Amino acid sequence: MTLREIVGLLDATVCTGEAHLDTEVQSAFASDLMSDVLTLKDTPILITGLCNIQTIRTCDMACLQFVVFVRNKKPSADMIELAEENDMVLIACEYSMFKTCGLLFEAGLYPLF
Amino acid sequence: MHQEYTVIEGDFVNAGAASSSVKKTLKQLNVNPQVVKRVVVALYEAEVNAIAHAYGGKVTVDIDAGKIRMVVADKGPGIPDIALAMQEGYSTARPEVRDMGFGAGMGLPNMQKNVDRLNVTSEVGVGTTVEMEVNF
Repeated sequence: MTLREIVGLLDATVCTGEAHLDTEVQSAFASDLMSDVLTLKDTPILITGLCNIQTIRTCDMACLQFVVFVRNKKPSADMIELAEENDMVLIACEYSMFKTCGLLFEAGLYPLF
Repeated sequence: MHQEYTVIEGDFVNAGAASSSVKKTLKQLNVNPQVVKRVVVALYEAEVNAIAHAYGGKVTVDIDAGKIRMVVADKGPGIPDIALAMQEGYSTARPEVRDMGFGAGMGLPNMQKNVDRLNVTSEVGVGTTVEMEVNF
């Protein structure tokens, strides 16, 4: 599934990273706890409601390039700037974490475990 | 190659700045990406701990042929029981730290999982020093 399809499915907006929207993604991980994100061996798309600068830092350290913010959270200008430095894609939607995960799971994204 | 960074108490905005800089250096040196990830995840966890629990500190990184050595030394309250702090799920983090997505008691155990050698020394009322080495 491409990021562009995810944006359509979630009726989401792209905050940065338009150029990467045709990238294919296979799996997703949902968490508001960055400590859990830092334990991942794989590099899924991250679904999170935690919207602060450490979300972006954590993704940089964990080599995660794609983030979906849920619950109508909008990344700040400094978050977008840091994400752009690291070639990331930030997507924001109004849906809850549960609904977002349900839609993406149903559409074929795999869980990590 | 020797690098030094200063960590400031409570400065969550810049938490990870040292790790991010080390990541760029290692990538420039063409270090294996899996090794880079292990190094920066461990260093980031230590950096966040120093910012969250201590009154500031210093990060030093030495990169030699085949080995990366990182030392995060803080001035802080220290850890009374290191064995307890190493247990997954044990945490003394403030709500402010949890709001940033941390403080679940996973930092030290995750450092242990990512490095080849971890040594934690601490003196109550003085501070904590975390030494880590990763071979590549």
